[in-house]
Amino acid sequence: MIKKFKPAIAAAAVSLAMLSQMAVAAEEQFFPMIDYRVGPYGSNGQSFYGGFIDYLNYVNIKEKGVNGVQMTYEECETEYNTSKGVECYERLKSKAAKSAGPIHTMSTGISYALIDKSAQDKLPLAMMGYGRTDAVDGSVFPYAFPLVTTYQMQASAIIKFLKDKNGGSLAGKKIVYLYHDSAYGKEAIIAMNAEAGLNKFTVVQIPVAHPGNEQGAQWLKIRQERPDYVVFWGWGVMNQTALKAAQKVGFPRDKMIGSWWTGSEEDVIPAGEAAKGYMAATWNVAGKQVPVITDIEKVVYGAGKGNMEDKSKIGTILYNRGVSAAVLSVEAIRKGQEKFGKGKALNGEQTRWALENLNITEARLKAIGATDLLPEIKTSCANHEGSGKVKIQQWDGAKWVPVSGWIEGNKSLIHPLFQASAKQYAAEKGITPRDCSKEK
Amino acid sequence: MLYREAGQFKTTYAADQQVFPIRQDRIGIIALLVVAFVGVPLFASEYWFSAILIPFLIFALAALGLNVLTGYAGQLSLGSAAFMAVGAYAAYNFQLRVEGIPILVSFICAGLTAAGVGILFGLPSLRIKGFYLAVATLAAQFFIVWCLTKFPWLSNNSSSGVISTQRLIIFGYELTTPVEKYLLVLSIVVVLAMAAKNLVRSATGRAWMAVRDMDVAASVIGIKLMPTKLLAFAVSSFYCGVAGALYAFCYLGSVEPDGFSLDMSFKILFMIIIGGVGSIMGSFLGAAFILLLPIFLDVALPFVADLFGLPFSSATVSHIQITVFGALIMFFLIVEPHGLARLWQIAKEKLRLWPFPH
Amino acid sequence: MNFFLEVLIGGLLSGLMYALVALGFVMIYKASGVFNFAQGAMVYLAALSVVGCMEKGAPLWLAIILAFVIMTLFGIATEKFVLRKLVNQPPIALFMATIGLAFFIEGLAPMVFGSEPRALELGIVDEPIPWILDNWNMVISKFDLVAAGVAAVLVATLALFFQYTRVGRALRAVADDHQAALSIGIPLQHIWAIVWGVAGFVALVAGMMWGARNGVQFALTFTALKALPVLILGGFTSVPGAIVGGLIIGASEKLAEIYIPPVMQDMFGGNFGGIEGWFPYVLALLFLLVRPEGLFGEKHIDRV
Repeated sequence: MIKKFKPAIAAAAVSLAMLSQMAVAAEEQFFPMIDYRVGPYGSNGQSFYGGFIDYLNYVNIKEKGVNGVQMTYEECETEYNTSKGVECYERLKSKAAKSAGPIHTMSTGISYALIDKSAQDKLPLAMMGYGRTDAVDGSVFPYAFPLVTTYQMQASAIIKFLKDKNGGSLAGKKIVYLYHDSAYGKEAIIAMNAEAGLNKFTVVQIPVAHPGNEQGAQWLKIRQERPDYVVFWGWGVMNQTALKAAQKVGFPRDKMIGSWWTGSEEDVIPAGEAAKGYMAATWNVAGKQVPVITDIEKVVYGAGKGNMEDKSKIGTILYNRGVSAAVLSVEAIRKGQEKFGKGKALNGEQTRWALENLNITEARLKAIGATDLLPEIKTSCANHEGSGKVKIQQWDGAKWVPVSGWIEGNKSLIHPLFQASAKQYAAEKGITPRDCSKEK
Repeated sequence: MLYREAGQFKTTYAADQQVFPIRQDRIGIIALLVVAFVGVPLFASEYWFSAILIPFLIFALAALGLNVLTGYAGQLSLGSAAFMAVGAYAAYNFQLRVEGIPILVSFICAGLTAAGVGILFGLPSLRIKGFYLAVATLAAQFFIVWCLTKFPWLSNNSSSGVISTQRLIIFGYELTTPVEKYLLVLSIVVVLAMAAKNLVRSATGRAWMAVRDMDVAASVIGIKLMPTKLLAFAVSSFYCGVAGALYAFCYLGSVEPDGFSLDMSFKILFMIIIGGVGSIMGSFLGAAFILLLPIFLDVALPFVADLFGLPFSSATVSHIQITVFGALIMFFLIVEPHGLARLWQIAKEKLRLWPFPH
Repeated sequence: MNFFLEVLIGGLLSGLMYALVALGFVMIYKASGVFNFAQGAMVYLAALSVVGCMEKGAPLWLAIILAFVIMTLFGIATEKFVLRKLVNQPPIALFMATIGLAFFIEGLAPMVFGSEPRALELGIVDEPIPWILDNWNMVISKFDLVAAGVAAVLVATLALFFQYTRVGRALRAVADDHQAALSIGIPLQHIWAIVWGVAGFVALVAGMMWGARNGVQFALTFTALKALPVLILGGFTSVPGAIVGGLIIGASEKLAEIYIPPVMQDMFGGNFGGIEGWFPYVLALLFLLVRPEGLFGEKHIDRV
């Protein structure tokens, strides 16, 4: 899907000579977009990548690119299918040789398949809230970035939220962990168990077979177990089914807390009334009150360059999440240009350095109008996650309302788990980890 | 004219029974192999190796396996991807747990493991036929994938069930570049394809075909149904298992059980139906068609849309691709229900006379 | 005991939901010998047509009628442009064509009606019935009961339709033997068009029930996977078989999900839940080993 985005002036340029001159003169920062817009999760992809592309165009129009460097991209449809994702990656790889922004696949399967390849090709792979979580340890995974936060840190943050709600202790409580029986759902188990040991509550694990459109048995079991809370790791149709099934057995929805892939409008609207009161973690808020979202609508859609077909989706959780991913990516480009030369496009290696040295403060977020779209992020070689904070939001029947401030997971409990796992990976693969103290 | 066997006399039984009895075929195959082993590595780009050629060969191998079962022995199966998963995980575990095992040996062991599992799931075929059997093979599909997720030992206790394959070292030499991997996959596929070609012309192959055409009649003429059907399941699963091992080791590098989904099984089934049921070459043609068509549409449609200035959004283009893919499958079946291999046969008939049709 | 009953009843009711989808397969297989893989996609298309029309401002009853018209037209078009051209081809080619059809629908339907998941409100809340909950402490959902009723009515209607109408008789004749039916002057192609129309109607009912239950979205195509074991168990050609098969599969799958994993856990350690994906298939498989033609399938006698 070749859709090069030229600056607005270029469109007005009449002569061919002028056009070609422009192309030579303007530096371009290329984003390989390995995305999906059809298939079972197509509507999720449409909002996420719509937001991502809108923000790139926003930067192009509003500030004429980053220090004059235009953001360009090319899309390739994966249908959330791993082998198509690899094909897309290989197709876009050669185009990304000169300049490359971070790759966002929004698929755990695809990012797993790309981890080795991207390291070999020196292309940075971003996995915001999905993918291989032990890549937090950058000494083993120099090119993989599970940015913002990971499943394990999220689970830990959710437990912390519940703990605060219960006056600081969860001792003796019972929590059901209901999860999609796949790599995605299983990742957080280790964190749940660690937290359970620490906080003296019991965890009951209940897996749901893919696709999860039938959960009668699981919910009857939950009813029998009488847990205090259900922590819920679903994906796609499993989310609506769980909410409906909870209603069916009369389990209160405000005792259910989901992961960030269970907490978008797409997940709750189909469940109708059944979703009211349900809570989910997120790292970005919904709504148009975030200044940059309103501005995107004004600037990008005003210029007729909007990527979303359905404009009512602007300001939804997943759209805003796409914008947050793009904000992070563009900030990395900015950071990289400070080091490698302003007004020059970054190649994969340079972008990698930038992603490893991000420092996005609250003040910076405010300056770009992205307050609450992201937590503060400071990455390093030893910490590719950078934040580990989430907010808890609640569905009031019409919109998502944040019900907490930023909550950070228990880093001292969770991060050693990553390091152990990364170490095992390094041993299996024969990788010698970098020495992080020597990185600058 | 170009393809005429007149004048080629067979004077020995050996000459009459060789795999390619017609000289043009022999030349064609040799030329093809030369192109594949020498020409392609010289000219193809890295994209072609890692994104098209390697998966093409691997899926062709899996399709070949399914074709042995469905095309020759007449047992419809929807569980090919699961047998690939068995192969992938078995190869991984052999590498992991057997000290110093050569990679090729572990591929063969992976194939044998898959064959064993295949025999197990082939047992119902002695009682059940047709679509009933097809749906029963779905049991294999779901059960195997579930087992791989549930027994952590199989994925070396990885918390997510995902395995990352070991390095490919053959005789002390490590294969890293796509070209080297391509050559490895190609060699394995060529050897196995030749073996299959020979197998289906042997007594075993004829027994399979007799069972396919009517198993009651076959048993009446003295073919033992049980060993014949189970052997078909074993051979088929062996091929799928090796394909799965290659899929993990030479193509993706890290796989999760859910990757070997029902969709993949269906994809392999499409390949043999489009390519030609009961044809070795059809497996290759079908794999090429099913893998390349979506990529072609992916590249061509936006181009066409641009050309006519159609205001398609990205989502619409993606939807059109699927619609067109479905429509083309139907169109193709209407035009040639016997698959691409049949088209090739028709072409051969024509070439026999061409350019002098009378 | 109470819990056991609760699981059992919940399972039986879910089973009827599977049977709704399985009926569509049976209709087409019975009359034309085609294993219609696109049935799941048709369920999706039907549900999407209903919500699509409602979004354009039609009230529910009108949307249902419109969706029915769409499904019928679609069925007729499928027969005319695809299946008619494939007469006398091997079953596997027809099967493959329906897979192509499934892709076609999966691309086209969201293009026309939009792909985001939506709710379909039929006005029945999926909540436990209070007095059963109070008196027996059992959860029986109102919605499931309604769905069961719908399934019963649908089966009765289909059975009457097959048994007592002219078209129904012709359908059965075609199902018995195409050639013979043709030779006594039954218009084969009309009959097939009607069958596809009826299958579209069944898909519409299933689509609305499943759509109201889980939301209208792409995953409705997966409902076919729940229907397949029902189909093998009940036999491809039997309408009552679909219902009985559904009940057996639904109940045993739920009971298995509750009672088998703890046993396995004791044996191997670890968590063995989530067996619903394969259990019905293995059950159906074991059953087939005893009765290869399914519960109500026609006994097939091989002659040389």
